[in-house]
Amino acid sequence: MKNNILMIYKKEMSAFFNGPVAYITLVVFLSIGGWLFTSTFFLRQQSDLRQLFDLIPLLFIFFIPAISMSLVAKEKQTGTMEFLVTLPVSDTEIVLGKFFSALALIGVFLLFTLVHFFTLLIVGNNIDIGALLSGYMGLFLVGAVYASIGTFGSASTNNQIVAFIVSLLIIFIFFIMGKVLMLIPPGLGAIVQYLSIDYHLNNISRGVIDTRNLIYFGSVIVFFLTLSVRFLEMRKWR
Amino acid sequence: MIKVKNLTKHYGNVKAVNGISFEVQDGEILGFLGPNGAGKTTTLRILTSYLAPTGGNIYVDDLNVIDDSEEIRKLIGYLPEQNPLYDDMRVYDFLEFVAMARSIEKNIFKTRMNEVINLCGLKGVVHKSINELSKGYRQRVGLAQAIIHDPKILILDEPTTGLDPNQIVEIRELIKALGKKKTVIISSHILQEIQATADRMIIINKGDIAANGTIGELMSDFKGKTRLTMEVKNATVEDMKKITDEIKSIELKNVAIENELLCSHLEYSNEIDPRENIFKYAVKNNWIIMEMNRHKTSLEDVFRNLTIEEGGSNEK
Repeated sequence: MKNNILMIYKKEMSAFFNGPVAYITLVVFLSIGGWLFTSTFFLRQQSDLRQLFDLIPLLFIFFIPAISMSLVAKEKQTGTMEFLVTLPVSDTEIVLGKFFSALALIGVFLLFTLVHFFTLLIVGNNIDIGALLSGYMGLFLVGAVYASIGTFGSASTNNQIVAFIVSLLIIFIFFIMGKVLMLIPPGLGAIVQYLSIDYHLNNISRGVIDTRNLIYFGSVIVFFLTLSVRFLEMRKWR
Repeated sequence: MIKVKNLTKHYGNVKAVNGISFEVQDGEILGFLGPNGAGKTTTLRILTSYLAPTGGNIYVDDLNVIDDSEEIRKLIGYLPEQNPLYDDMRVYDFLEFVAMARSIEKNIFKTRMNEVINLCGLKGVVHKSINELSKGYRQRVGLAQAIIHDPKILILDEPTTGLDPNQIVEIRELIKALGKKKTVIISSHILQEIQATADRMIIINKGDIAANGTIGELMSDFKGKTRLTMEVKNATVEDMKKITDEIKSIELKNVAIENELLCSHLEYSNEIDPRENIFKYAVKNNWIIMEMNRHKTSLEDVFRNLTIEEGGSNEK
């Protein structure tokens, strides 16, 4: 199983980096993120990356659907899915290989933002390294959740634009839940708060690594990846 | 051995495959022939586990496609109808990817790769990107990926679609060479394709098997007719019409005068040969036979007869 996931992962990574999509997305992401962050970083005179940790999940809403929309939908659209699923590879291995490739790309995105981290180390004082590291961990987990949703969006259709919109919509719902808690009836508030990404990300960003938060991220990822596998299997029964 | 038992596949209300059963022996090249939309690709897609059957099952030795899908896929090399390839990959990288997926041991990988590259004539393009290849080379790459793991069973769905005549001959030769060692199922809607490569053919139409046998068996099973075209001098239409009174076994299908010659179409059963009697009749009436042309029932006629309803098309 491990070999097959690795094989799919490598194929996807080479597809990302053999074409222009990964480079364009990376440059745009870093340019927008860098400009939005640095334009106020020195004015705030705070030795933290709080703003960056608020900004990146927002950028991820658009960028992760963009990189994940082709994962499965393109294979369906071009017909290569018929070739892929008739190899001795399970649907779960295909989905996991593709998910990990998107995750690795998100990792590369975050790696490049470390330039802000090192800038802070040079110019800042009284820096809470633990909070910064847990902040990055939170971003990676949010990226993983969004990537699982992106994989699902891509598995649900053979049209990459539809995949992008479906993923963006679901990610936006998860993102906005934490922002509209005051509008939710009190009875539902606790449930919506637990489901919102914000709530769990804020805990981790503060440096509190609670198993409840990790279970939340893990559950959402497993849920959407399982749905992706089911959607892929649906071709058999259409 | 492959055994297809009561295989059924429905797409909603459409019955694509309607409870078909047949067997393919080891080392046999089976031609799967039928008009577009007959159910050929659906059957092959079930065999390769791309689709699940609505009913019935396919057995490969002791394995079946419902319970042992992954094991069966290891035994099969498959060239899908549209020959989908990863256009952004180089030929070598693509074949390496397939070799990895097929768990080809590292120590035999290079040898196998060279064998396949030589067999499929890919030497000159192996480091090219797939999107730069011509249709013929793409088809060769598709074949190469299907045989790289030296599969026991080779399934080729419309393998020569879109190729030029020279490429078609080359691919057919390749298939025949592969068929000496493997069980091959080749699907096509082109009769000549199957005739040129297969040991036996199954004609499928509207999800049902219309015929199953060797070319000779199909021809003898089909009680067709022979058509005789004649051009005769010194004869009138009335004279020609009387021929059926004299020779009872023939039917006059058409008669007309063109360029002062009487042109007629006669038909009779494949099992008899009334040409001698027709000649004697012509001599008796002082006709001069300028041309007598016999058209025997061909496999095309058998195919058409089995797949076209009277006065209608074969489309669903």
